[in-house]
Amino acid sequence: MLLGKIVGTAVATIKTLELTGVKLLVVQPLNKNLEPSGSLQVAADATQAGYGDIVFMVRAREAALALEEKFVPVDLSAIGVVDTVDVDRSIRDFELSWGYSQFA
Amino acid sequence: MIIAKVIGTVVSTIKHPAYHSYKLQVVQPLNLPGELPEETFLALDSAHAGVGDTVLVMREGNGARQVTQIKDAPIISMIVGILDSVEITEQAKGNSR
Repeated sequence: MLLGKIVGTAVATIKTLELTGVKLLVVQPLNKNLEPSGSLQVAADATQAGYGDIVFMVRAREAALALEEKFVPVDLSAIGVVDTVDVDRSIRDFELSWGYSQFA
Repeated sequence: MIIAKVIGTVVSTIKHPAYHSYKLQVVQPLNLPGELPEETFLALDSAHAGVGDTVLVMREGNGARQVTQIKDAPIISMIVGILDSVEITEQAKGNSR
């Protein structure tokens, strides 16, 4: 799952039938520091998120599972509105070493 | 599964019901020396890990549904264990280049 910011909405009248009633949000994927990372995408709204909200999203089949109707053709859904993101920036060591390593 | 480190937590009240009663953690996959670091992502925590722990993260929906026992749970990544130690033998050195 990943973080995103709602930067707009999308409307499509001519579309596949299963997409009727699905609210489309334009989202900017975010990295751990809540900075934009990657290009804008359109997500189905499964959590009544609004403009400017930070949300967390899910991709693939799980995106379709998040919506009430079954088998909606979506590959990205906003499934929760984020209240706070608390990242410990002092953690810098993300390297695995060869041989035996013990973790505290 | 992959080896990752928990670097933070996400708090969310309005969310899909399947996400209730689990902590949503920010995890960073660990990489071998010389490899490119991967993207940070979010994982639901079923192992009660804390920030700074090195954990085992499973990234497949069916596994998440088995852990949470919730039919149609829209979850992909789950922390399924806290690692005590890892041993990577030298022979693996050749393949990662």
